[in-house]
Amino acid sequence: MLKLEKRPQPSQTWIYLAPVVAVIATMIAGGALFAALGKDPLVAIRTIFWDPLFSEFAFFYRPQLLVKGAPLVLIAIGLSLGFRAGIWNIGAEGQYIVGALTGAGVGLAFYPLEGWFIFPLMVLGGALGGWAWAMIPAVLRVKFGTNEILVSLMLVYVAEQLLASMSLGLMKNPQGFGFPGSRNLQQYPSAHNAELIAGSGMHWGVVAALIAVVFAYVLLTRHILGFHIRLTGEAPRAARFAGVNPGRLVLICLGLAGAMAGLAGLFEVSGPAGRVSIDFNVGYGFTAIIVAFLGRLHPLGIALAGLLMALTYIGGEIAQSRLGLPAAAIQMFQGMLLFFLLAVDLMTNYRLRLTKREVA
Amino acid sequence: MKLTQLLTTAALALGLATGAMAQDKLKVGFVYVGPVGDGGWTYEHDKGRQAIEAEFGDKVETVFVESVPEGPDAERVMTQMALDGAGLIFTTSFGYMDPTINVAAKFPDVKFEHATGYKRADNVSTYSARFYEGRAIQGHIAGNMTESNIVGYIGSYPIPEVIRGINSAFIHARKVNPDVEFKIVWAYTWFDPAKEADAAKVLIEQGADVILQHTDSTAPLAAAAEAGNIIGFGQASDMSEYADGPRVSSIIDDWAPYYIARTRAVMDGTWTSTDTWDGIGPGMVGIGEITDKVPAEVKAEALAMKDAIAAGEYHPFTGPLNKQDGSVWLAEGEVADDGTLLGMDFYVEGIEGTIPN
Repeated sequence: MLKLEKRPQPSQTWIYLAPVVAVIATMIAGGALFAALGKDPLVAIRTIFWDPLFSEFAFFYRPQLLVKGAPLVLIAIGLSLGFRAGIWNIGAEGQYIVGALTGAGVGLAFYPLEGWFIFPLMVLGGALGGWAWAMIPAVLRVKFGTNEILVSLMLVYVAEQLLASMSLGLMKNPQGFGFPGSRNLQQYPSAHNAELIAGSGMHWGVVAALIAVVFAYVLLTRHILGFHIRLTGEAPRAARFAGVNPGRLVLICLGLAGAMAGLAGLFEVSGPAGRVSIDFNVGYGFTAIIVAFLGRLHPLGIALAGLLMALTYIGGEIAQSRLGLPAAAIQMFQGMLLFFLLAVDLMTNYRLRLTKREVA
Repeated sequence: MKLTQLLTTAALALGLATGAMAQDKLKVGFVYVGPVGDGGWTYEHDKGRQAIEAEFGDKVETVFVESVPEGPDAERVMTQMALDGAGLIFTTSFGYMDPTINVAAKFPDVKFEHATGYKRADNVSTYSARFYEGRAIQGHIAGNMTESNIVGYIGSYPIPEVIRGINSAFIHARKVNPDVEFKIVWAYTWFDPAKEADAAKVLIEQGADVILQHTDSTAPLAAAAEAGNIIGFGQASDMSEYADGPRVSSIIDDWAPYYIARTRAVMDGTWTSTDTWDGIGPGMVGIGEITDKVPAEVKAEALAMKDAIAAGEYHPFTGPLNKQDGSVWLAEGEVADDGTLLGMDFYVEGIEGTIPN
């Protein structure tokens, strides 16, 4: 008989092995799915994982990995701090939207003035917007004990309505023939988050994501706040005895996550997306939750996980177009990744034991 | 090297490579905003794609990517198709406008066709359909059929295209029924079955017995079927699976003739950048079969109106028409110009409520 037995300590090997096993299991199960759809599984897997990196047109896809991965990493880093402390911000998507709105709002307010100070002000505006939106669930939790999971999630839908209203009203392009959507910030040099080196995919959002990874790493390993975060997550009672103020931690963790999501929104709206439009948000805030867990809530892991997710998006599009795979199959493939990770995660805390059947 | 240079070089190299192959195969790409199985907007575009394959057989290869978000993702998908050697790319949602223009600038030899936008370039055409012509016929049927005199209208977003449809339907409903009122709910989505069903239920609770929709799913029809004694119309696609129930007719987007013509133009080398806005006449807007629930004389009138619009004898926006505030918009016999229609941001006289802003 097979029996699950709880490990006294989480297995160090499995912590690192689990994501690798999950990726391999996803490839096998995904390959079976693609084969069932009548496609060559090896070609499909190669198209998704290999072609964006090493094919003929990799010079175009590699920079795109940074463009697609940067917002995921930036948001996921912010989320991971809270997740480690057991503070569940599920509403990064909303904070991302509001950050984009406030940041773009600052830029649009200056239009058509040109000046070096405009973009830094927009960055500040984006961070503040995301921070403020995250403060709503944070303050409600600290003051009234509401559940931050529900409040932050619900505020995503409020933010989406706000986005629609802004695209149709206040921020609508006066020269847009009545169509919804703001001016294109790509055509407004002072507000444009352009590529720092043309063709590299590096824009300020990528730089911010890298800084966030380093910042989070230092915070968690070297700073007392990082220690408190880890302590609260791992041993809440001990944390209380150690004098950690839980309310303060909620405010800090949600605030940081909100500000980072807001920054991601601002860099996206002023760079790759260019304009505030009704369908501006494409789910980065939700995908970042997967990225955070795929990366083991560890800053370096998150950076790798963000790039891996970006790879499946870009490779998935190529597979759709070249092989005629349906979008739903690609989404299932991405979903499998999280599913297998959670399944394999069991091995971190439990081990399989062969036991003899007991005689009655 | 700059990316644009790299891309141009790649495009040139491909241009040379595909130039040799061009005699036997043209690759046509499609970028879709929804899933091909949405039963509405994207479904009809995909039928257009299949029509190209049926028409040209081995001479074309079509590729598509579905559910592509508007913005940088769309830009990447278009670039990827162009790099893979597509010679003609259809981008089938308004939000693909700026991405299409950006990508088109990098691939001067690839032809782009953008649906429902207003930005063009030497290698970017735009095309759209005069859906408001179909709305006129819908309004005529709705005005005749309603018993509660309340017609519910599910709007997607308050943009000119949707407002045009509301006005057209309302004008023609009022013409046959001076007591009719429109209740308008904004769903703020093009495709979200749950939200659309909720909107339909709210309208039905408020007494509407006719539901018009400018959203793409069949959910409002399903809600109408559930409530009973409610009629509705297919949107974008025929939605004939509800013909035994609430659906009495439909507005069908038929992109196939246009798609085939544009593909042929690229093959012949006669493709030029154009702006197309076609209606019932050229067949871009179709009226789905009017079922027996509609009285014979109403059906005959509706079909007569369809023929008159197709022949160019009747324009759905013909004066006298006033704006909502009572000011004169069109004098007796005057016909609305396309510019006003394209930017329409006002209701006509008689519609209650304001356009959200």
